[in-house]
Amino acid sequence: MKSIKSLGLAGAVAALLANPALAQEAPGLDEKINQTFAELTGPFVSFIFAPLPGTSFPWIVMWLVVAASVFTLYFAFVQMRFFGHAISLVKGDYSDPNDAGEVSHFQALATALSGTVGLGNIAGVAVAIGIGGPGATFWMILAGLLGMASKFTECTLGVKYRNEYEDGTVSGGPMYYMSKGFAELGLPGGKILAVLFSIFCILGALGGGNMFQANQAHQQIAGIVGDYPGWITGLVFATVVFMVIVGGLKSIARVTEKVVPFMGILYVAAALVIIIMNADMIGWAFGQIFAGAFTGLGVAGGMVGALIQGFKRAAFSNEAGVGSAAIAHSAVRTKEPITEGFVSLLEPFIDTVVICTMTALVIIITQQLVIDPATGLYMLNEEGTAIATVDGNSGVSLTSAAFGSAFSWFPYILAIAVILFAFSTMISWSYYGLKAWTYLFGEGHTKELVFKIIFCVFVVIGAAANLGPVIDFSDAAIFAMAVVNVFALYFLMKVVRQELASYSARLKSGEIRKFAD
Amino acid sequence: MTTKIVIGLDGTETGERALEFAKNLAKLIGGCELIVAYVIEWSPYTFQTPEENAQRHKRREEEIALAKSRVVEPAVAALKAEGFNARGVVRHGDVAETLNAITVENGASQIVVGRASADGFKKRIFGSSTQNLVMHADVPVTVVN
Repeated sequence: MKSIKSLGLAGAVAALLANPALAQEAPGLDEKINQTFAELTGPFVSFIFAPLPGTSFPWIVMWLVVAASVFTLYFAFVQMRFFGHAISLVKGDYSDPNDAGEVSHFQALATALSGTVGLGNIAGVAVAIGIGGPGATFWMILAGLLGMASKFTECTLGVKYRNEYEDGTVSGGPMYYMSKGFAELGLPGGKILAVLFSIFCILGALGGGNMFQANQAHQQIAGIVGDYPGWITGLVFATVVFMVIVGGLKSIARVTEKVVPFMGILYVAAALVIIIMNADMIGWAFGQIFAGAFTGLGVAGGMVGALIQGFKRAAFSNEAGVGSAAIAHSAVRTKEPITEGFVSLLEPFIDTVVICTMTALVIIITQQLVIDPATGLYMLNEEGTAIATVDGNSGVSLTSAAFGSAFSWFPYILAIAVILFAFSTMISWSYYGLKAWTYLFGEGHTKELVFKIIFCVFVVIGAAANLGPVIDFSDAAIFAMAVVNVFALYFLMKVVRQELASYSARLKSGEIRKFAD
Repeated sequence: MTTKIVIGLDGTETGERALEFAKNLAKLIGGCELIVAYVIEWSPYTFQTPEENAQRHKRREEEIALAKSRVVEPAVAALKAEGFNARGVVRHGDVAETLNAITVENGASQIVVGRASADGFKKRIFGSSTQNLVMHADVPVTVVN
């Protein structure tokens, strides 16, 4: 997920809010809005991020990890058994040439990934490592691997139960499998779940998928050119977003969609180069990761602290179980809904197991975290809340410093990447929000236009305001989507199992075969 | 066995000349089947927004309908009116690869195309579709100027 979720970024945002220079510039109206908003949404936020009794472990994280584990076992490790098949599908080996021109598996994967890869992978990981230590990486990878099964389940259902309209366009996602799937199985309440999900999805789209992105993009730009009013950034972003989603100006979206993957590849490549340059440290880094995973190596909260941070980061970064990817994948016209499930299981792998791990390794290898030479344990900062870093960095600036220690120019590339990632997340979430909106209010040009205009207005608000409570709320809304979605998945997973059995049998018998030579 | 000739059209004037050439060829050989092919340039590896994906099927149908009504069907009708055995194919994909695939699938013995068509910069880097076709096709290719 592009947003650095509240639990991850709260520290960075709080630091910004606490900065007296910034606070003084905030107009009184913003303060009032923030205060009122915080009071109204506080209970909801506290509920979603409440810790399990007697621990500091948020139950929502446990909810997602348990779900991922259940799906992994229920589908007998589908993420491993069909990993190779998923890659074959993306390569187009099983694509009928007569269907050329439809959305390909590769395109569906790329679109869904551009909605999840981003700020969370860059800054969120830094927050996790900063608090949980290198050991957090181990738990993050484990949660990413398990999350692949959640994605597989939701995306298969998303395609299976989508709506296809007479004009050839499609609408799909959790709200459709909730209402249609539950009805098919004779279960009550599908419609209620769908409405609940849609409401949370709209809130999540306006918040985490929009205001938060605009806010972060502004922070990045202000960090380079110096401080200036956020509404200026907001207006520019809103205008561009408006041109794309209302004006249908595809060229901008197309440029972004091309540059974003390039940025992603550049990021991973730079990380790999840094890791290879320090090849002698790789063994040590993995040693730190494993040792930290089970002992904590002195981090606040010990092993449990590392585990919480790792699980949080994975769950919040790859959106497995949230249901957003199911909306993105529904656009693919395939005879076999399950093929989209297979393709989607690559997303948590790429997002979390590959990209997040790269960030973590670079931070560990470039030794941004301060180790006490006497004990070999990590030293905590003055407040005792996180590991002390070389220059006192956290969040984006920690990642930036880690890459910057190898390539001095990289922080500039990173800033551009963050801004572009923010933009592409907005485009993705404007679509997710729109689908939820049309589910509630019906399809139609005017109705869609209303949502799109609201969306653009929130871009300006997001960039202009100090957003602590709003971010908390929008993150809570995104994870509220997961509460509803996972609940529905437990009831519908047997449908996916039937699909899986049938597909496996036909794949074995040779009925489903490669078209490519 | 009927000799089959694939004619690659691109909706421009050079396509017309390719058509003329193929007609003469067919007359000389006698009893030919002319397959009029139009390939809509498309790659499964581009990046699209979610909204574009959702509308893709509709756009594809529109693209195919347009290619048929503007280019392929008039050409096939004209050929038939002149007494040739002709039919049309419209498909998405890489122009060179897809023309070759259509040829192989139909067991055609040669391809006739107009010289053309990608614009300057792209052509310099990747070569034109025609160049790619000439270099990689499984059957002889005639390029009409």
